[in-house]
Amino acid sequence: MKVEEIMNRNVVTLGPTATIAEALHLLQENRIRHIPIIDENRSVIGIVSDRDVRDASPSVLVKDSDQAILQSEIQTIMSHPVITVHPLDFVEEIARIFYDEEFASLPVVSDNKLIGIVTEKDMLYTLIQLTGTHVQSSHIEVKVPHKPGILPEVAAVFGRRKMNITSVLIYPYHQDPNYKVLVFRIQTMNPLPVINDLREAGYELMWPNNIPGPKR
Amino acid sequence: MKCHAAFVYSDELLTYHFHPDHPFNQKRVLMTKELLESSKKIDSSDIIKPRMATDEELELFHDASYVDAVKRAGKGLLSETEGLPYGLGTEDVPIFKDMHEASSLLVGGTLTAVDTVLNENAQHALHLGGGLHHGLKRKASGFCIYNDGAIAIKYIREKYNLKVLYVDTDAHHGDGVQWAFYDDPNVCTFSIHETGRYLFPGTGNVNERGIKAGHGYSFNLPIDAFTQDESFLQVYETALRKIIEFFKPDILVTQNGADAHVFDPLTHLCTTMEVYQKIPQLAHELAHEYTGGKWVALGGGGYDIWRVVPRAWGQIWNVMKYGTPLQGELPEDWLEKWQKEATVGLPKLWEDLPEITPDIPRKQEITEKNETALLNLLKYTKITK
Repeated sequence: MKVEEIMNRNVVTLGPTATIAEALHLLQENRIRHIPIIDENRSVIGIVSDRDVRDASPSVLVKDSDQAILQSEIQTIMSHPVITVHPLDFVEEIARIFYDEEFASLPVVSDNKLIGIVTEKDMLYTLIQLTGTHVQSSHIEVKVPHKPGILPEVAAVFGRRKMNITSVLIYPYHQDPNYKVLVFRIQTMNPLPVINDLREAGYELMWPNNIPGPKR
Repeated sequence: MKCHAAFVYSDELLTYHFHPDHPFNQKRVLMTKELLESSKKIDSSDIIKPRMATDEELELFHDASYVDAVKRAGKGLLSETEGLPYGLGTEDVPIFKDMHEASSLLVGGTLTAVDTVLNENAQHALHLGGGLHHGLKRKASGFCIYNDGAIAIKYIREKYNLKVLYVDTDAHHGDGVQWAFYDDPNVCTFSIHETGRYLFPGTGNVNERGIKAGHGYSFNLPIDAFTQDESFLQVYETALRKIIEFFKPDILVTQNGADAHVFDPLTHLCTTMEVYQKIPQLAHELAHEYTGGKWVALGGGGYDIWRVVPRAWGQIWNVMKYGTPLQGELPEDWLEKWQKEATVGLPKLWEDLPEITPDIPRKQEITEKNETALLNLLKYTKITK
């Protein structure tokens, strides 16, 4: 999935000479955490987060504090240079950036112009969709030898039952590189026929597994 | 204590039938009725016939285009590609002849139960053909075509303007009804179910609490696979008592899926008949305490139709009408008749023998986890205020 499919195109921005007070107001009004700072050509020259603004603001605990600081220009506290991404980057790539870096928002830049913004939250939402847990489905886990051709073999069992697969994930099997766990989410409330087919075909199911231990 | 209760039934309810190999089988309703007849607990004066729901009533919840698709499907006039976006013609909801009529009667049965209670012709009413909680606004799902519970609650809101508490003890999350009232503070939904981690439909997390004005009026108690009676009842009873105390409904609607039983083939919970005695007892007690007795009970899931459903559903009636569940032997004539058809040995008693549940090594962890879910349900809600 590409960044352009998940990014927010309505970006709240400020110019470099806007005040910290304006930034504070925009963050609160729009309930957002980041404001890209752009120049007259929509080039991203900095970014401020709610934390930057809070750090610059006088403490609420101090009475008669100096409110003049809020009239300073935003460019005095903005972070730069800014890591940006391209609309054709993949969600997996930005996940890596979020994991490595300390921030949670990436401006999307094309042709040197700001065209969108993507947040850690957008990315997590997309990952939830990739797992398929947001649509009605049942969950089956199959332990398989890690070898070419195994996925279509298992998937064909679902195909023969006309079961619609919502998502497929491939997990490592603990530390053993000779096996993988295939996780299928299938659109049915009755996975029993396909579970029987899988067992009959000799596959080992991690879920559903048999209820442990008969009653003494 | 004997109450005035009504049992909605006609043989036509059995026309809601996909095909012989489908797990959803309404023969359960007939078997339950006959079990109660053989036990001399019900007679013809208790039974009322279901009426047909009108299109207008169906459209209190469903889209007209969906109702039209169901009608055409039942007449063989809906193509495969037209059906799939509506969830029709899938493995779960195959198309069958006159499916609109069969489904409308099922919805009508639930409306009949509602009218009976609200016109004060009976204090309580039971419609075991209903409780099809997965049906969505414009989509059939999880064996459900029309969502009779959601339609009936819309009907109660429009016609009687009452506050409704919907309680769903099916092992699957009552998603269709939850989404129907997700933003409505006058309808409170509470579903206890096996966690959606593995089981259909996957939703029903404790943090699904409703939105907008309805925030704080959806309750979910997802419990772990292999949960047994003790833990189930402990978290369920605590949650239900708190919720009803908080919401103070005018009427109680319960969905009584019987698929959390250890014998149920589709789910992984490990309860016994103990749970199915207690669920209606609790509903009955709380209805008399909070809603002046107004209680409509529906059926739902339940896929061991031989060993589980007739007994579990029979006890709803026993409690509704006579105040207590039955114990001891099941009537011989009933056992003899149905054992011929059954694919497994029928139990001989109303209650279960303790040896039917397996030993669960993780029992303590499961109990602890369920308690955590309960605390999360009770936290961050208007309950605590």
